[in-house]
Amino acid sequence: MDALSVKNLAVTYDKQPVLENVSFSVPEGSLTGIIGPNGAGKSTLIKSILQLLPTLSGNVEVFNQPYKNQKKLIGYVPQRSEVDWEFPTNALDVVLMGRYSHIGWFKQASKKEVEWAKTCLDKVGMAAFAKRQISQLSGGQQQRVFLARALAQDAKVYFMDEPFSGVDAATENAIIKLMKQWKAEGKTVLVVHHDLQTVEDYFDHVLLLNKTPIEYGETQVVFTLNNLEKAYGGKIAFLQKGTASSQGVK
Amino acid sequence: MDFIFDLFSGANIRWVLFGSLLLGCASGIIGSFVLLKKQSLISDAMAHAALPGVCIVYIIFEIKSVPMLLIGATITSLIATQSIQTIIKHSKIKSDAAIGIIISVFFGFGIVLLTFIQQNSSGNQAGLDSFIFGQAASLVRSDIQLITVGSLLLVILTTLFFKEFKISIFDPLFAKGIGLPVTFFNGVLLALVVGVVVIGIQMVGVVLIAALLITPPLAARYWTERLGMMAILAGVFGAISGASGAVLSTMIANLPTGPMMVLSASLIFLLSLLFGSKKGIALKAVRHL
Repeated sequence: MDALSVKNLAVTYDKQPVLENVSFSVPEGSLTGIIGPNGAGKSTLIKSILQLLPTLSGNVEVFNQPYKNQKKLIGYVPQRSEVDWEFPTNALDVVLMGRYSHIGWFKQASKKEVEWAKTCLDKVGMAAFAKRQISQLSGGQQQRVFLARALAQDAKVYFMDEPFSGVDAATENAIIKLMKQWKAEGKTVLVVHHDLQTVEDYFDHVLLLNKTPIEYGETQVVFTLNNLEKAYGGKIAFLQKGTASSQGVK
Repeated sequence: MDFIFDLFSGANIRWVLFGSLLLGCASGIIGSFVLLKKQSLISDAMAHAALPGVCIVYIIFEIKSVPMLLIGATITSLIATQSIQTIIKHSKIKSDAAIGIIISVFFGFGIVLLTFIQQNSSGNQAGLDSFIFGQAASLVRSDIQLITVGSLLLVILTTLFFKEFKISIFDPLFAKGIGLPVTFFNGVLLALVVGVVVIGIQMVGVVLIAALLITPPLAARYWTERLGMMAILAGVFGAISGASGAVLSTMIANLPTGPMMVLSASLIFLLSLLFGSKKGIALKAVRHL
């Protein structure tokens, strides 16, 4: 079954097309890397699928149901830079936010929810930082708090927006471990990703995007020099060495 | 001592004290969320924009009925907020400039109307100019009742929406992503700000009520890193500022209430800035030694 299917999605900003004609279907249990040059609309794609941005047209289904009926199945890790880390709260509180749609309006988090949030922090190696003020965490630790929050959501389809950007090795490992765990549990993961060198190691599916999907499918089929050139145009030159060598290994 | 005892034995002053305490508390608590949402200036615009509303209602109906005047204040406040958002959305003007334009246009219009009222109506206008800087001493029993009930209602609503405000201010994208109606929560917060402005306008005045929203939470931020504690502290600081301002202005003839409240709040802010346990300057200096 398809976990996610997007049909004819189009987004404009100031009357300029940012995304057009986006249609693709993601099989359940897959790990998809969304890659493409700067300004290709990768983050915009995630945000418009999640209806965080107004779209011109398009239809999004999750497990063959309209997106708006399936919000509880969706987990989301936004870019770290999109929130104010000076906000007066601690790591555990942020993770608990992942449970807000389950807790319900006007109610406080129960002990069970708090325990679950602590477990999630523990899974990303952040148990010792539960009561730490979020402004006092390093960039990588902040990213892991976001991961724990996504984990706390206990979703079926996860969207992550550049989780690997600017993080330390420990956080990178935590993200990879988490993605593998999710895959093992049959969850579907879509990740906006920048680093072409690691695409083949991390993802079993790739969406090559440049305002419109260039190609979508299994990594070994889609992630070829030819397709990359189509997506990146002339900007591919500096990548050729790494990509070519990794293809040579195969 | 006798003087102070006499002061507090008057029924009216006790009511004024109680009302200003609650008003300060409500504005401190609501202000915490406004401050974190970086909407302090918008709340100032809403306050200034209340003046023309008061004047227009007075000109049309020619009576000083407080509830009617406050309805006028609410309407022009909301028009101002909407205008700011429309300007930002449909032009290249940035939010600070948009707020600047709206504050001056609405307040300027309000002053023109006020002058018109003072020159044209027959002596009955007394009291309208206290809407500018506030005058606790001129409040009657029903005004205080409105402030008391209104403040309690605002505090209860803010407490109910605590968790929802927290997530939609800290991470609106995530909140929307999990299906929370963030736009609705923003609207509720805006309505609470209008609520503070409208019930506080007679006591504090349109010019300075925004300071009562902004200064107490700003001071509270120097003592805590938790949102809940920040809101409580801001409520306490607001209550102290409100009560001391009201008492001082009642004790000394012709001293407007709003400025006295703001001076008290500013003193608390200054002390917090210097000695605050989380980010205070003294603490930083000691750590550097």
